[in-house]
Amino acid sequence: MPFNLLVLACLAYVIFLFSVAFLVERRAGQGQLGWLRSPLVYTLSLSIYCTAWTFYGAVGYAARSGLEFLTIYLGPTLVFIGWWWLLRKLVRIGRRHRVTSIADLISSRFGKSNSLGVVATLMAVVAATPYIALQLQSVVLSFGVFASATPDGFTPPDAAQTAIWVAAGLALFTVIFGTRNLDAKEQHHGIVTAIAVEAVVKLVALVAVGIFVVWGLAGGIGPMLERIDASPLAGWTLQPGRWTGLLFLSGAAVICLPRMFQVMVVENADEGHLSRASWAFPAYMLAMSLFIVPIAVMGLERLPADANPDMFVLTLPLSEGQGALAMLAFLGGFSSATSMVIVEAIALATMVSNHIVMPAWLRLRPAAAMAGDLRGLVLNARRISIAAVMAMGYGYHSLSGGSAALAAIGLIAFVGVAQFLPAMIGGIFWRGATRSGAMAGLLTGFFTWAYALFLPSFGPDAMLPASLLAEGPAGIGWLRPQALFGVEGMDPLIHALFWSLMLNGTAFFVVSVLTFPGPVERLQGAAFVNVFGDQPGSPRRWSEGEAEPEQLLVMAQRLLGEDAAQALFETAARAQGKTETLLPDPTPEFLSELEQRLSGSVGAATAHAMVSQVVGWATVSVEDLMAVASESAQRMEYSAQLEAQREELARTAGALREANEKLTRLSVQKDAFLSQISHELRTPMTSIRAFSEILTEGDLPPEMVARNGRIIHEETKRLTRLLDDLLDLSVLESGKVSLSLGLANLREMIDRAIQAAEQVKPERGFTFHRDLAAENLFLRTDADRLTQVFINLISNARKYCDAASPEIRINVRIRGGRVVVDVIDNGRGIPKEAQSTIFEKFTRLPNEARAKGAGLGLAICREIVANLGGSIAYLPGQGGAAFRVILPLRLERKAA
Amino acid sequence: MGKQVLLIEDEENIAEAIRFILSRDGWQVAHLAEGRGAALKAAELMPDVVILDHMLPGASGLDILAELRARPATAHLPVLMLTAKGQPRDREAAERAGADRFLAKPFANADILAEVRALAAGEAGAA
Repeated sequence: MPFNLLVLACLAYVIFLFSVAFLVERRAGQGQLGWLRSPLVYTLSLSIYCTAWTFYGAVGYAARSGLEFLTIYLGPTLVFIGWWWLLRKLVRIGRRHRVTSIADLISSRFGKSNSLGVVATLMAVVAATPYIALQLQSVVLSFGVFASATPDGFTPPDAAQTAIWVAAGLALFTVIFGTRNLDAKEQHHGIVTAIAVEAVVKLVALVAVGIFVVWGLAGGIGPMLERIDASPLAGWTLQPGRWTGLLFLSGAAVICLPRMFQVMVVENADEGHLSRASWAFPAYMLAMSLFIVPIAVMGLERLPADANPDMFVLTLPLSEGQGALAMLAFLGGFSSATSMVIVEAIALATMVSNHIVMPAWLRLRPAAAMAGDLRGLVLNARRISIAAVMAMGYGYHSLSGGSAALAAIGLIAFVGVAQFLPAMIGGIFWRGATRSGAMAGLLTGFFTWAYALFLPSFGPDAMLPASLLAEGPAGIGWLRPQALFGVEGMDPLIHALFWSLMLNGTAFFVVSVLTFPGPVERLQGAAFVNVFGDQPGSPRRWSEGEAEPEQLLVMAQRLLGEDAAQALFETAARAQGKTETLLPDPTPEFLSELEQRLSGSVGAATAHAMVSQVVGWATVSVEDLMAVASESAQRMEYSAQLEAQREELARTAGALREANEKLTRLSVQKDAFLSQISHELRTPMTSIRAFSEILTEGDLPPEMVARNGRIIHEETKRLTRLLDDLLDLSVLESGKVSLSLGLANLREMIDRAIQAAEQVKPERGFTFHRDLAAENLFLRTDADRLTQVFINLISNARKYCDAASPEIRINVRIRGGRVVVDVIDNGRGIPKEAQSTIFEKFTRLPNEARAKGAGLGLAICREIVANLGGSIAYLPGQGGAAFRVILPLRLERKAA
Repeated sequence: MGKQVLLIEDEENIAEAIRFILSRDGWQVAHLAEGRGAALKAAELMPDVVILDHMLPGASGLDILAELRARPATAHLPVLMLTAKGQPRDREAAERAGADRFLAKPFANADILAEVRALAAGEAGAA
């Protein structure tokens, strides 16, 4: 397989993704998303969980550690099937509160605390950077595999250079489609659809390699199973501790990974999509994992012992001479890597710009917040953040040298993001959780993770001194990073997972219990925890009441309107058997009924709070206030929808008004035009009719007969000319004129025009000034039409030039690939106020001695020149009347 | 000496036809080919009838009419208005501006003669 072909395929694939994203964005802009907002696309977009690590690394994982790789798929499956309600709550909260990222969720839940947002953002960035580097690494590795497989004269690509090109390309793609617009909800339809396409590519690629391995190499399912039995994988034994830990870890990761949160919660278009994804996404992962073991077994069996198992997906087809299949596998891996990096970069950039860049900027320049439109600033902050995230990924890749096995980095990142779990789950289920608790938990967990897992992963003496690893800080044995509190012999990953989450959760719980939430925290806490509650129609019971019925009536009238409130109270009074008054007693039954009626107009919680006020339980409880807040949140969402509809209506109305105005304008123009034509036709007809009547009356001397006949003839010709011009103009204006294009000499056309114009005032002797050499050039144009323009211009000059010794100057030159022809006379020119209208139909010069003509000549000139791809204008300041015609040298026929 | 008509008409041929028709009937015809100075000319000549074209270079027929009506000397001059636009709107505008008679082009020779005679005989008012 030629390497150049591979690069070409990559480029073509990227261009294809660009087009998909671009077309979808355009449709989204027109509001025609249709099936693009379907459960299918949503499910496929979730597949960014399967990165290059899963695509290539799972096989390597299986080859090294047997079936343990399955935990990576089983964890999310358990979450999607078993904890579906948890995801639904997250999605509902995300939609209701317009959450833009996982950092935003945590910050928003704990009283919109920005410091918490900053901490969460930094954690996400630190945990995700190696993960991005890992994706770059996989692309570099897979390029390398292809390079070494083609020894014939091809120089392997420089790894660092490949990585930088990939990083830069991905940054560009993400900036273009990730920061197109700024929405209250950060949704990127183009990118999501591109991701869905990539999901299909990677699944198809992996399944194709699997089918080739099972049926092409092993010879069917039966022989395959025998080979698996004979392979080292069969000897693998389950380590319950590690297995459980990994299941938990991958389950936590699918909720906490910034990119998963982005596609699952932020990009979610419809809560219903989640229920479809709850079985479809596990099915996708099942399909992805189906052929991992066969590929690993065959790889171990067929490939040399030193072959990297992480690359079996590529090297197996290559070693069997299946170039096309290897190419497909390569594209699958490429898809996995690019989709992950793009979404991760968007998610991280949203956090960085919202929680770090913007607050810092606004603090530096507080005046700017009042200055109005910050959209440009936010978008730029986001673009810079994307570039920064990519640069960090690339930087990490080049620093680490890309040596570690793929799966190791992935799991380390998983443990890092799992630190969000206590604050997130606690925040949405436990109203007692506080900001200080969340902060304590996050920081504790994060530092434990860094100390026990992340920093040691660089190897002894890289980040932490070897002595510290072996003996603990200052020789304190129980603080050894990989044996905290004296727990030894545990798998380092599970060890770090256990301790980081244990300390994180404990700190979160203990500090939350010890501290008190602020007012905003309380409100947000209630709104998050009770996001499914507070549905209308569940009024609380009133046990007793001592309200003044009058006050209740006043309040009810304000909300329901006078008649409705009166009717309600009267009915209740009569039901209570009262005849002498129209006011009912404030019995519990009546109060409940009243509250229910009021809640129809102001919402249940507000109604309850208002009735409470009047009934005399003046102290409205915190719970009531929270319910009010939650209700207003609902109403805000609803009113945002109304607002969108209203804008839509206003837009439609505007468009209609515009169309109407245009029609009115056209109608006025049409009336004026008809009136003009009527005038132009009736004038010659008047002369014709009058003189023909005179002729038919007889009794005329012969010279009078001849004269009258000549006048009639003249006026008839004028009528014909007028009709010809009108028809000509209407054809030209409609743009349906058929031009006969050909090469024609400009000098010959001007010669013909001068000759033809001689019949206008033939008694006037005009002097022409021409530059015949300059005129001697060939134009590709319609010669007859262009000559018509020159005839009109020269005739006008002859008609109106009043100089004693009249002259016409014709200048020709080429400028910027176009030919410029000026026709200038030495008369008194056209008055300034008339210059702007002379090209309009039926325009004649004011105060001009009557010239026979309907004022269509220049209008026709303008239309002809436009049809010839050029322009005509009056040229002021030339002494006399001057016109400039600009034409293309070569007129091409218009397409269609 | 016959009665006098002031003809204000920019179209040479139409003016020639009207002059011929009216001269043959014994009228003296003074002709102006543009709107400028028409009202002054009318005040100077004090003709029995003014024939006024609607569309003139220099000044519109309606402007001239308004000027005539504004001057006490010419306020009561009988005016026959000619128009080539032929829309009811133009007729209304002419009547509002104070034209006594109104004739749409093209007209029959007999009609213009009848209108001028009627105007000269003092039968003012809408035709």
